[in-house]
Amino acid sequence: MKKIVISIVLLNLLAACASQKPQETAATPASSPVAAAPAVAMASSAQTYDDALNDPQSILAKRSVYYPFDVSEVQDADKPVVQAHGAYLSKNPARTVRLEGNCDERGSNEYNLALGQRRADGVKKMLELGGAKSAQLDSVSYGEEKPVGSTHDEASWAKNRRTDINYAK
Amino acid sequence: MLKARCGVLGLLMLLCASTANAVLNIEIIGAGEQQIPVSIVPFGGDEKLGLAIGEVVSGDLQRSGLFRLVDPLGKSPHAPAEVNYADWQVRGTEALAIGTVGAQANGRVEARFRLLDVVKKVELIGQAVSANDGQVRAVGHRIADLIYEKLTGNKGVFGTRIAYVNRQGRQFSLIVADSDGYNEQVVLSQHEPIMSPAWSPDGSHLAYVSFETGHAAVFVQSLYTNQRKVLADFRGSNSAPAWSPDGKQLAVVLTRDGSSKIYLMRPDGSDLHRVSNGSGIDTEPNFSPDGQALLFTSDRGGSAQIYWMPVEGGAAQRMTFGGGTSYSPRYSPDGKSFVFTHLSGGKFYISTQDFQTGQMEMLSEGGWEKKPTFAPNGKLILFASEARGRGILATVSSDGRVKQHMFTQSGDAREPVWGPAQ
Repeated sequence: MKKIVISIVLLNLLAACASQKPQETAATPASSPVAAAPAVAMASSAQTYDDALNDPQSILAKRSVYYPFDVSEVQDADKPVVQAHGAYLSKNPARTVRLEGNCDERGSNEYNLALGQRRADGVKKMLELGGAKSAQLDSVSYGEEKPVGSTHDEASWAKNRRTDINYAK
Repeated sequence: MLKARCGVLGLLMLLCASTANAVLNIEIIGAGEQQIPVSIVPFGGDEKLGLAIGEVVSGDLQRSGLFRLVDPLGKSPHAPAEVNYADWQVRGTEALAIGTVGAQANGRVEARFRLLDVVKKVELIGQAVSANDGQVRAVGHRIADLIYEKLTGNKGVFGTRIAYVNRQGRQFSLIVADSDGYNEQVVLSQHEPIMSPAWSPDGSHLAYVSFETGHAAVFVQSLYTNQRKVLADFRGSNSAPAWSPDGKQLAVVLTRDGSSKIYLMRPDGSDLHRVSNGSGIDTEPNFSPDGQALLFTSDRGGSAQIYWMPVEGGAAQRMTFGGGTSYSPRYSPDGKSFVFTHLSGGKFYISTQDFQTGQMEMLSEGGWEKKPTFAPNGKLILFASEARGRGILATVSSDGRVKQHMFTQSGDAREPVWGPAQ
């Protein structure tokens, strides 16, 4: 029964990733490079990872990292989040993410586009160090063009200084 | 009149664009030190055209901040023989514009106008000005340019155009309009951001950044045919297009090699090569008037400042110092100075700096002011600002005295850029 459920889960994953760039497919968890345990154990941990992405209690539910003004390095508080996503992506090579860098409005629009790109690229690099393959990762910038907060104060600025980790459905 | 065509690009539907006659509402909030008193008499001949031309000329001269309009108060000479100079001297007018105008069946508008010196009682200008397709505003702007040049010694820019982005909710529109806001033409309209429009030197094309493919990519669009093509769509961000003065090259900023660097390329996309190096951010390239150098923004020294380098790269020279950060440099048309945005103490200031003396001058009071651009005569600077909680366009004269706010009918105006001399 468990195996049938897992197959259905895998099929859903494949369907979701069908329109993405070419990926390793089929029995991914079984052939995962991290696989050290027997097949049954791998199957159950595949189930766990998949749940983890949908689990609101999991660290993977955090999809944004934040920055101080004019800074593009991932901050210590966010490193565990990025590391967790890196590990997840490493074990789920069919998964792809888009990293979207954003900035607050202080600076020119073009400078902020560049800073947002540097933020997204920084997260990308850290995910790769965590085992994600570069083919799974895309990094773009919205600069200050898509703010979530629009007031001229730190309350909005802090929300805008971030990189979003956006998984393809 | 240009009509844009609907187009489909990838998975996104570009909304049909149409010409609109929406007006930028212009408020004058500062005037020149000395204003020349002039009277504009509505031209004779075709009454309606005469009034229209009079309005355009008066509006142009008034907005320049350098003229004081003296009401003709019922006097309406149309030829020198009809002018009684004493009438005008008594009103304090120093220059008087009179003339006649007519239209032909094919839409050609022809005006004959004269500018008279009221004090010396001589004719300063006597000229015929005409335009096709009922373009009476173009005739008015040309006359205003002639008056402006004669009386100030500087070239007028009343016949030029501007481009800017208007944002309303999720809708972004790239607009081209006359510098007084009339004759709006929607170049592009979509639900994704548009940034950094740049005019080709001959005014025929706009390069700009569009996010329609999901990331920043550079496009070039013909303003005559509305045909557009992708100029740069590499991985990451492609942005900050700038045309060389001879129109044969563009500078762009690409992140394809790992960080934001400046590249040069031909308008057809060929001969792409990088001219800036290092691991920091280099962006906002701007060509010198002789095409031999670039100003740009870089954080290579630890914070965003303005740098200068030869156009093909090489040793870069830092231009801005002191506290704060600086962005968005643009050369003055005479190449002797540059305008930029200075961020200090949490406020943006539109500033200029002289190349020879290194002296910096702040032209605005400080607020949310960005992306300054020179008029082709170097006497006016257009920039994005805020007033009454909305994004607006604003102008300031290069001496800081004459100021205007320009409100779009709705939405927020941003990313302005002044077009070339006509």
